[in-house]
Amino acid sequence: MSSRPELQAPPEIFYDDTEARKYTSSSRIIEIQAKLSERALELLALPDDGVPRLLLDIGCGSGLSGETLSENGHQWIGLDISQSMLDVALEREVEGDLLLSDMGQGLPLRTGVIDGAISISAIQWLCNADKSSHEPRLRLKAFFGSLYRCLARGAKAAFQVYPENVAQRELILSSAMRAGFAGGVVIDYPHSSKMRKEFVVLTCGPPSISSSVPQGKGQDGESCSDDESSGDEEDQTVCISDRHRPRKKQKVTKKGRTRQWILKRKEKGRRKGNVVPRDTKYTGRKRKARF
Amino acid sequence: MRLLIHNMLSSNIKGVINGFPLRIEVDKVEEKQVDFDAAFLRKMFHKIEWKALLDAALTLGYAELPEEAPDSSVLESDEFLQKFHHALLELDLEEGALVCPETGRKFPVTKGIPNMLLHEDEV
Ligand SMILES: C[S@@+](CC[C@H](N)C(=O)[O-])C[C@H]1O[C@@H](n2cnc3c(N)ncnc32)[C@H](O)[C@@H]1O
Repeated sequence: MSSRPELQAPPEIFYDDTEARKYTSSSRIIEIQAKLSERALELLALPDDGVPRLLLDIGCGSGLSGETLSENGHQWIGLDISQSMLDVALEREVEGDLLLSDMGQGLPLRTGVIDGAISISAIQWLCNADKSSHEPRLRLKAFFGSLYRCLARGAKAAFQVYPENVAQRELILSSAMRAGFAGGVVIDYPHSSKMRKEFVVLTCGPPSISSSVPQGKGQDGESCSDDESSGDEEDQTVCISDRHRPRKKQKVTKKGRTRQWILKRKEKGRRKGNVVPRDTKYTGRKRKARF
Repeated sequence: MRLLIHNMLSSNIKGVINGFPLRIEVDKVEEKQVDFDAAFLRKMFHKIEWKALLDAALTLGYAELPEEAPDSSVLESDEFLQKFHHALLELDLEEGALVCPETGRKFPVTKGIPNMLLHEDEV
C-alpha cells in the first residue's frame, strides 16, 4: 500500500461503487483477505465442537472476510459504513446478515449475544478524524465500549490492523484496555516487511490464562522442526509455535467440516461465478494448529 | 434482515436506555431457504428474547411459534426446531423500517439491510 486509503477520504466516500468493485474483483486482494480472515478466526480460539457460532465481522465490506466465516460453518453479522461495499456483498450473495453502521458510533447490539468478533483491515480507520465532529479517542471509546457489551463473557475479538505508526497502535490498544478488554498485539512475520501482519487480540472479561496473547508466526527463535513442516503448502514460511499445547489437541478434526462439504460449497461458489480456488489434494485437509 | 439479527439489534441513540426490541414496519417480506442446523438452533435458543421473536414473526406474517416462552425441553422436538428455524433464519424483511422503542426514530431497511447510521446529534 503506497498511499494509505485512510488518508485520502472518509471510508464511505473512499469505498464508492467503483472502488468497491475494484476491491472485490482483484484475485490478489481476495486471496490476502481470505488468509487474514482465516488467521483471525484461528486467533478467536473457538471451542472445537463443530457448533456454529454467531460472529461479528466489523468493516465487513463486500464480504470477503465474512465468507471465510461461512466456509468454516459460522453465522455472522457484518457491518460496514459503505453502502457501495455492502451492495457488492449483496450481489455476491454472502451468507451473513448485513448492517449499514459506523463502528465509531458504537455497535447497535444488545448485551452478551455475540460469540466472537473479527475485523480485517478496518479498525485503523477509526484513528482518523474525517469530520470536524470526529474525535478519534471518543469514537474508539464508543466502539470498544459497545463491543465489550455485546460480546459474551470470555469471547474474543481478533482484528487485523494496519496502524500508521506506533502511536496509532497504542491508541487502539489503550482504548480497548480502558473498555475492559484483556489482550495485546500478535505480530506474524515481524521480520518480513512484506508478510508482516498485525492482529489485536482481545478477550472480554478479566485477565485469565485464556486471555493471554498467543504468539505470532515466524518469530525469532521459533524454528520449524522437520516433521512439523513436511508436505504443507505454506511450509517455507510458517513456523510453528504451538509446542506448548498438548499434542492430542491438534488432532481433533477442525470444526467437523468434511472435504465433501467444502467441495459442495466451492461448487456453489463457482455456479455463482465467484473466484474459487481449484480443488486439489489439499482441499479439506486439516491445517496444522498454528499458535 | 432476518429475525435472528432483529433479535440482537438495539437502538443506540444517545440517551436511550432500553433500545430493544426495535418495532418492525413492513413493506416487503421475503422467504429464503436456509440449511437446517439443529446444533446452531439449540445454541442460539438460549440467547433469543422470545417475546421479541414472537412479535417480530407475527409482524412478518408467521404465527406458528408458541406464545409462551418455551423451556429448553422443546429443543428435543423436531417440530419446534423447524418452526424456530423458519422464524429465525428464513423470514427476511426486505423493505421496511425499524423503530426505536423509546424515541420513535425510524431506521430504514432497504434491500434487506437496516441502516443504523446515527445523525450527529444522536451520537
Ligand atoms: C480494506 S476494507 C476490508 C473489507 C473486508 N473486511 C475484507 O476483508 O474484504 C475496509 C472496510 O472498512 C470499512 N470501514 C471503515 N471505517 C468504518 C467505520 N467507521 N465503520 C464501519 N466500517 C468501516 C470500509 O467501508 C471498508 O469496507
